Amino acid sequence: MTLYGMLFHIISAVIIAATAVAITRKNLVHAVVYLIVSFFGTAMLFYLFGAPLLAALEVIIYAGAIMVLFLFVVMMIRAESAEKKVFVPIQWIPAAIFCLIYVLVAAAMAVGTPGMNAPLKMLSASPAQFAIYVFKYQWFSIEVVSMLLLLAVIGALNLGAGRRAGRVDEERRIEDDSALQ
Amino acid sequence: MLLWIAGFLILLVKLSIILGVVLFLAGYLVWVERKFLARLQIRYGPNRAGPYGLLQPLADIVKMITKEDTVPEGADRAFFLLAPAVVAATALLMFSVVPLGRDITVWGRRVPMVITDLNIGLLFVFAMSSLSVYGVALGGWASNSKYGLLGGIRGAAQMISYELSLGLSLIPIVMLAHSFSMVDIVQAQQKYPFILFQPVAFLIFVISAMAESKRIPFDLPEAENELVAGYHTEYSGMRFGLFFLGEYVHIMVFGGILAVLFLGGWRGPILPPIVWLMIKIFLVALFMIWVRGTLPRLRYDQLMALGWKVLIPLALINILVTGAVGLMMN
Repeated sequence: MTLYGMLFHIISAVIIAATAVAITRKNLVHAVVYLIVSFFGTAMLFYLFGAPLLAALEVIIYAGAIMVLFLFVVMMIRAESAEKKVFVPIQWIPAAIFCLIYVLVAAAMAVGTPGMNAPLKMLSASPAQFAIYVFKYQWFSIEVVSMLLLLAVIGALNLGAGRRAGRVDEERRIEDDSALQ
Repeated sequence: MLLWIAGFLILLVKLSIILGVVLFLAGYLVWVERKFLARLQIRYGPNRAGPYGLLQPLADIVKMITKEDTVPEGADRAFFLLAPAVVAATALLMFSVVPLGRDITVWGRRVPMVITDLNIGLLFVFAMSSLSVYGVALGGWASNSKYGLLGGIRGAAQMISYELSLGLSLIPIVMLAHSFSMVDIVQAQQKYPFILFQPVAFLIFVISAMAESKRIPFDLPEAENELVAGYHTEYSGMRFGLFFLGEYVHIMVFGGILAVLFLGGWRGPILPPIVWLMIKIFLVALFMIWVRGTLPRLRYDQLMALGWKVLIPLALINILVTGAVGLMMN
């Protein structure tokens, strides 16, 4: 086994273990931290496959920004430990079915993919190559995603603005009432 | 194999020199800050340990190492113990992509004056700075104290808000240099430093980076008159020292990155490159101390309004203008 192959297996083991631990933690903050470890491992895997840009983005966006938001919410609502069972028993059935399908697909891919045992080569895509590929050949998906994000931003703004306007109205009404009295 | 070992040894030497120098300078930056702040407030500052108080950093280190390392009752022990290390380690790691000078030749082999020239150097800095949030947030949470928790939450909110404007302010620099690599960015400033082309980006970057380093006027996570000491309230001894170290290393990293991105890095006349870089870092650090001694703390809503309503739109407009000008020039 080459050094890269060995690194690949070690990192993969770390990712799987961290994710498994993250799922089973009762303490939500611990779960978040293990998920961060998992994302960090994924970033290392990207780097190993020669995609440093993706690795950096994985850390900045997933491990850095999104998980901080998770942690922020968990800390703010003081919901560190889930006292009650989250799932009712009946929901385990669809979950188990999806899980089985996923395992089957993964197994089929593992068996059916040629070059599974080919040694990993040391490759590297520069950010410029990556950008040219994405914006030249995948521009449509980029546009769709950017539209989606724009809509989400507008929606969030709308929700926030609506509530603020409502509160102002309420305050004014209270003021009016007190003025009447 | 011999070549490989030689490369490894060179890397080790570079790592230990930079680590030693950075830690030493961080210690003396504390002294500079205390002296300079004292001058601004018309008092003497440390003046008992050694001449001009020059041995004060050593005395501080001895004090912090010999102090008892307490863990509060009900604290999340593992996280509590590890959080300061996250802050210090991420700050130190950022230094690994800052180029310190021209490549030098040793025994016929080129040795770059940077620990690693990543082609995503700038993004690496962002990745590290986005991970340093966890030290603050988890340290505050794990202390099992309401002051720590409030400080941690504030720190998380502040750092994710200002990371956006920090990142957006640097896109025009990448557009000008055509690269994320810090070495290439310095190369691109052969004729003029980028501050002349990008004054707006410079301003946004300075303000956001000060907010990222959680110092006055952005020190809400540790606002001492309302939160005792914020996220590091419960820390003592060298763990508190690590938070402190992280802050001062962060100031120097910020100085280094500012120098690389806007002030031409190690470029300058007459003096050797490394001296120029040091001068620039030192001036940036002095500027930050001066700001600390001058401005009052922002209110929380002012902080958020400045980040989201002023800096981010400004940075976006700056990107648009830079892109448009770039297209017209071509």
